[in-house]
Formats: sequence, C-alpha cells, structure tokens
Amino acid sequence: MTNERIVGASVPRKEGRDKVTGQARYVDDMTLPDMLYGATVRTQFPRGRIRTITFGPGIAWNEFVIVTAKDITGKNVIALIADDQPCLADGLVNHPEEPILLLAHPNRHLLPQAVQAVSIDYEQLPAVFTMEESENHSQIIWGADNTFKTYRVEKGEVDEVWEKADHIVEGEYWTGAQEQLYIENNGMIASFDPQQGITVWGSLQCPYYVHKALMALCNLPADKVRVVQMETGGAFGGKEEYPSMIAAHAALLAIKSGRPVKIIYDRMEDMVATTKRHPSRTRHRTAVSKDGKILGGEIEFTVDGGAYATLSSVVLSRATIHAGGAYYWPNVRIKAKAIATNTPPHGAFRGFGAPQSLFALERHMDRIAQVVGLSPVEIRKRNFLKPGQMTTTEQTVREPIDMEQLLDRALKLSDYEAKKQRFTQENEISKSKKGMGLAAFLHGAGFTGSGERNLGSVVGVEGCADGGVRVLVSSTEFGQGTKTVLCQIAAEALGLPYENVEIAQADTNEVPNSGPTVASRTVMVVGKLVQSAALGIKQTLIASGLLGNSYSPEEFRAACRSQVATLGSFRSWARYEAPADVFWDDDKYRGEAYAAFAWAVYVAEVTVDLTTYTASIDDFVAVQEVGKVLHPVLARGQIAGGIAQGIGYTLYEKVIWQNGRMQNGQMTNYIMPTSADLPPIRVFFEEMGNIHGAFGAKGIGELPMDGPAPAILNAVEDAVKVRFNSIPLLPEDIFEALVVDREPHAAGRVR
Amino acid sequence: MTGSFSSRNPAPCDLSLTVNGEMKTVRAYPMERLLDVLRHQLELSGAKEGCGEGECGSCSVLLNGALVNSCLLPVLQAQGADIVTIEGLAPGPQLDRLQEAFLTCGGAQCGICTPGMILAAHHLLRRKPDPTMDEIREGLSGNLCRCTGYVQIFEAVAEAARRRVNS
Repeated sequence: MTNERIVGASVPRKEGRDKVTGQARYVDDMTLPDMLYGATVRTQFPRGRIRTITFGPGIAWNEFVIVTAKDITGKNVIALIADDQPCLADGLVNHPEEPILLLAHPNRHLLPQAVQAVSIDYEQLPAVFTMEESENHSQIIWGADNTFKTYRVEKGEVDEVWEKADHIVEGEYWTGAQEQLYIENNGMIASFDPQQGITVWGSLQCPYYVHKALMALCNLPADKVRVVQMETGGAFGGKEEYPSMIAAHAALLAIKSGRPVKIIYDRMEDMVATTKRHPSRTRHRTAVSKDGKILGGEIEFTVDGGAYATLSSVVLSRATIHAGGAYYWPNVRIKAKAIATNTPPHGAFRGFGAPQSLFALERHMDRIAQVVGLSPVEIRKRNFLKPGQMTTTEQTVREPIDMEQLLDRALKLSDYEAKKQRFTQENEISKSKKGMGLAAFLHGAGFTGSGERNLGSVVGVEGCADGGVRVLVSSTEFGQGTKTVLCQIAAEALGLPYENVEIAQADTNEVPNSGPTVASRTVMVVGKLVQSAALGIKQTLIASGLLGNSYSPEEFRAACRSQVATLGSFRSWARYEAPADVFWDDDKYRGEAYAAFAWAVYVAEVTVDLTTYTASIDDFVAVQEVGKVLHPVLARGQIAGGIAQGIGYTLYEKVIWQNGRMQNGQMTNYIMPTSADLPPIRVFFEEMGNIHGAFGAKGIGELPMDGPAPAILNAVEDAVKVRFNSIPLLPEDIFEALVVDREPHAAGRVR
Repeated sequence: MTGSFSSRNPAPCDLSLTVNGEMKTVRAYPMERLLDVLRHQLELSGAKEGCGEGECGSCSVLLNGALVNSCLLPVLQAQGADIVTIEGLAPGPQLDRLQEAFLTCGGAQCGICTPGMILAAHHLLRRKPDPTMDEIREGLSGNLCRCTGYVQIFEAVAEAARRRVNS
C-alpha cells in the first residue's frame, strides 16, 4: 500500500485536461442525427387567464412541432416538493415568464421569429409584486394566505428578557435577488424511443431530480427514464431545479416529433426565466446587557418565493437555522415565512437562505456594538458560541471550535486594528474614506435536520476488468471538483494511487442515487459513503483470498482483474445511516440541525470614493475552519470564487424588477465583477477537526457566500459613518444617502 | 442572438480562412457569426457562447493575432484571415504552458470560460511576456469567470509567464 497521503494533496483535476484543451463536452457541443431545435413561448403578463392562442401570419406553421399542455400524458407538474408548478401553463398563469407552449424546427434560426409570432390573449388578473402586498393579502395568489411555509424556533423564555435588558436594539435588513450567472446557459437534449423510453442529456446538478420529474410528467416507470449529465459550465444552485423544467419541455417535443430535440437558452431567457436567489427582509429585536451580552431576541425573517413553492420551504429552513449565527442566544424566538408573489419562482443559490439571514445578523451585531459602546470585535467575542453550548435549535456544539482564535487570526492577517486607527485619522482630511469591516459566521454542512436520513443516499464503488476502481455516484461535477475529491477519497481508503481510481459519468442508468449535489454535502456526506464503499471492495478481494492485508498497487490490480475474470464485475455499496446521536424534531424545529458546521471570520478593507461614490475593496481576508482540507487548490478556489460572488451580491448585482419581470437580463446591464474589479482575496484555513466527514472533511462550497456582504457593509459604515442595511449597495445608493439625504447615521433602508 | 440573418442575406457564399494552421473553405451566409461557423461547420466546439453579445469573452479566438469575440464577428470579416482556437493552441499531446499552469494552479473550475480565458492570457503574454499583476488583471478583464474569483487564474498566468521567461 502506498504511504503517501492522497487526501490533502492537490492532485490534478480528473477532467482538467479536457477543460484546458477545449475537448470537454457540454450539452451544446453535442448533436444527434435528425435533431430538432426547441424553443419556449412564455407568458406576457404576471397573472391572468389564457383566453386564446393565435399563430400569426408569415410562418410556415406546418413545419413546426407544437406542444401544449394537452400533449402531456402524465401529470402537468414539475415534481419537486409541493408539485404546484405546471410544466406548461394550462388556463391560469401566475408569473410573466411562465411557459405556455413549445415549438421545434430543424432550422434553429427560424425559431425566434416563430416564438414572436405566437400571440396570447389574456383575461388579466390583479397581481402581487412585493412582500408587503403579499403579506397584506391585497390579492390571494397562492393557497389560502399567500404563504408557502412558516417556521418557528423557540428557545428559553424570550418574553421575560425585555425587562432585564439594559439595551433593546432593533433593526431591519434587506437583501435583493441575485442571478447565479453561470457562464454556460441552461440546455438539454431529449430523445424518445417507444421501447427504451426517454433519455435526456443536459447541464444539471441533480440527475435524480430530473428523473423524478420526467417519470411523473411522462407517466413512465423508473427504468424508462434516463438522465445523463454532460459537462456542466457552472451551476451554483441555479441548475438544481430548473433543469427539470427544460428536460420536461425537450422530452415533450421529442415524444411528439419522434426526433431528438435540443433546447438551449440564450442568456436573456436564462436570466429572466430561471430561478434567482430569494429576496429577503429580516427584523431583529435584541435584548442586551450593559456589558454587551445577548440576553435574548426576536428575529422575523421573510423571503419572497415567487409564484410557486419550488424549494422555498427548504431555503427558508436553512435561513431560519442560520439566523442566530455563530453566537450564543440563551433565549430566542425566530419566526420565518416564505411568501408568494407573481414573479418567476426564486430558488437555490449557493448559501441557500443563509447569506440572507447572516447578512442581517452581522450588520445587526455592529449596531449592537454601537449601542452598547463596544467595538465590533469585542461584541462578537463576548457572544461567540463555545463548545458545549447550545445553538438556537438547542444543538450542542461538540466540535472543538474556537471562534476567538479564528477572529484573532483574521485581525492579525488583515492588520485590522492598526488600519482602523490610521483610517480614522486619514478620513478626516481625505476625499476617499476608508473603513474596516468584519463578519463572523457558520455554515451547516449537509441537508437540514432529518433531510439526510430521508434521502438515504447510496454510493457504489466498482472493481473493473482492467484492475482499476470506479466510483459510482449521481453527485455531479460543475466546477467544484467533485470528481477529483471523491476519487481522492476512494484512493486513500484503498491505499491506491489516485490515477487508479476513475469516476463514472453521472448517468441514471449507471449510477445509484447519491442524492442531489447541493447543500455542501458532497465531500462530507457522499465522500464518507465513498470511503465505506471503497473499503468494501478491499474486503471482497481479501475474502476471496486474492489479496493480503498489505498489498502493492500492482497486487491490488492483479487481484481485482482475477476477481472480475472469474466472477464478473463486482460492486460494493454504501447507504447513509444517520449517526445515533443525531436527533431532530421537525415539528418543534429543535435538535441537531447539521452533522457539522464550517466556521469563519472574514475581514474587508473598503474605500468609498466621494467623487464617484463607488465602494471598492482593497483587501479581503478569509479565515475558515472547514475540517480537514482534502485538496488545498480546489478548496482555496471554492472560497475565493464564493467570495467573488459575495462581492458581486453586495456591490454590483442588482435585478431590476418591473411588474414581476426582470428588466436587465443581459450581461451588459446586470453587472458581475470582472478581473479588474476584485481585490486580492486572501484565503486561510484552520483545521480543528470533524468526526463525521470523510477523513475529517466538512462542507465548504456555500460558506464563502455568507460573509462578504455584511463584512463589506460594516466596512462601508466604518468609512462613511452612514448605516446601510440593504444590498446590493450601488454608487447611486451611496450618493443618495451621503448627498441627498445628508443625515448621518439615519439613512436607514435604501432599496 | 442567433437572429434571422438568412432572410436579410439570402445567398450563402464560399469563404476561405485558415483555422489552426489549416486552410478551410466554408459555405456560409456572410453575416453568419464566426462562432457558429467554427462550432457547427468546422466542429470546433472549444469556443463557447456565454452571452452572444460580446460581454463574457467565452467565445474568444485569435484573428490574425488579435483577440476577438467570435459571437460578434460576421464570418465575412474572417475571409482570408488566420484564426486560432483553443484546439489549435497545442495540437500535439504536449500541453501549452498556459494550459499546464491552469491545470496546476486551479485556473479552470467549471471550464466553460477556460478556452477563451486561456486564449486571452496567450494574447496577453505575447504582448507582455512578463506581466505585472495589474497588467494580468487588466489584460483578462474582457473575459468573465464566475467560478474562481480570478485569483487562481492570475496565478496560472503568472506561473506560465515565469516558465516562459525562465525557458
């Protein structure tokens, strides 16, 4: 067995060579013989009843394949959680990008004109566009009260803390929608054969979500639906649920035409019609003692879910559990709700609710510090969660975490105290104002509460005829390094070189359901299962007498070859079992919310230019504890990339809404950071340990999305002494607050 | 936007261009995008469409040594030109130094911007063999990456420059 550790080493990315040579195959790089191109005709109104559909003049309609809701053989829903979202609107429409009918033609250049030539006449119904209108029930547009889901967390006796408090600190915080903006637009190819059923190839995160949706839609058994993930050019949550919709559309066209059909969205369709991060509002009311200890508080959290339930309940759950952050709350009440508006449904985006509630909390902590008269550093130190204490859901912290140590290291690396002092002096005379801001936070790894238990993920490892080993998972690669890290884990478990382990393409005919590739669960949860399944392969070979307890890679290869030659290919399976001490009560929202948390402290150094009113970041320090770092280069890439998206969320990316429709669905007017816009992003890891994940690893992908927004806005306030409690914060917002309002420390909410 | 050029330009014509060192003749509408001709007629799918309007740079190719967005370029303008795509950067089994450096430094995550980004970096290093960090930052600012935060891309370009200068 090799003595060299493979986990912890930055081995080459499995699919890296294909990516740097342009050979990697994304869905739009694939063509099938006789293939048609598909397009989607969408609603023009936010809410209404379809009266008539007219196919206008000048188009050879007889050359087109046309699909409407009537062509659906199974249920007209995109099956996910609540099954309320139709695949094609039939009668009622609930948002301005709702698909109504589908067109396909051999010449893709003829599709845009054809889509334009379909006109739909509606009886318009009054619509709801804001959270306030939805809560006030100005119209009931979903269910009995426009509410998708509510949660309530109660710990201790909150009603009794107010009279004991030296200070009661209140605040309201807002976050806007954010587009995932993966550079590869959504796309799908479907092919239908009456014997084989339906096959789709696409850009997607969760093969078995698409599989489930197609089974319900086409009324087909599991073995007649096959979903294959192509190389996927970024996802960030944006390809968690909507690919089921596009696969459904391509499948309907393929079934009706009897030919393969490709649907590729252009950038505008992708931006305006598919999901974005949920906009949110958080209200804090906190009781604090004169020495800065949190005595208790009420947190009200609300997200705008858009027109259908989709994943809002799950996003809300994560936001709720993260609302108390990395602090000890002896008493707390959290009331959270997800509500409906007539906009396209909001959905999964890296962080999944946590960036919203943590933005509010980390801005609020700075406010508490001001009221009490302590520094942002000191207020946090006095309230950090410590091992042995309980979180807001009464989960005992068992990890040996030391947030003070992370904070001290971040302060030192960023030269926080010295710079803060220097900037205070320099800001008196300078036209540019500089500030320092920090955020301390945590992020739960894996599915919330009972989620992992309910998923019951399965992983396989296969011994192959050539003596190599192959990992079988539905966990997908879309940039994070899934393929690489899972192969590292299997190689380490077997004591084999990394090169001896391969991973199968995520194809539902080939791989078991290892769950969706979301929630920072792949390395920690799926990785642990890969480790177990790999050990099963070794045990099989030892039990067959083909391998000793100690072996060289060559001996392993030979043993594996003989096993396959005599008994055929062999596989070892591992299924998730919840650790015995993990308890969760779904009704009371109490217990072990996550098997492990990642912990972090981020520091932003910001300059606000009082000529242009732009805020720019000069330095960004990110210190985090994510358990064992299995691949340093990939891990650093995840953190830096997440921080860049967080900076975009804070200072650049604003979705402009009008009547429920995104108005700026282009890269020219929805601005993400370029290489010239970003600061040096300095990433540091602490390894304090984790018992649950593979080789001590925890989740990492979502964590870096949580910290940038509050750290940056805390720094902006430090620089200009104006309190901004809403993101995105654009130059016009700063201008308005500093020049138009002229009320220091009273700018309040700028939307 | 793929648009309706066919109705405005009814007659396809024969065009010659050199692609990755080979002379090619294509029959295309004059206003057809170079990107589509490369991807659909010449089966070079390394150039990607990210936005279709020249913002993201994932369709970048070299045209007579200049870095261009092939989604904005009518193929007529490539008549007689020398085009290099990612497939032509290192046609043999040996990778180009930039490709090597992108692999080792983590410059490629999802890979969709990578072909364009590597060509932009190649273009930069031809003009500035030993660029400063600010020159790298500026030189790649026409190519968007949503995965990396650019940090490891900068490191890859600096590493490739070091290998070039040292060799």
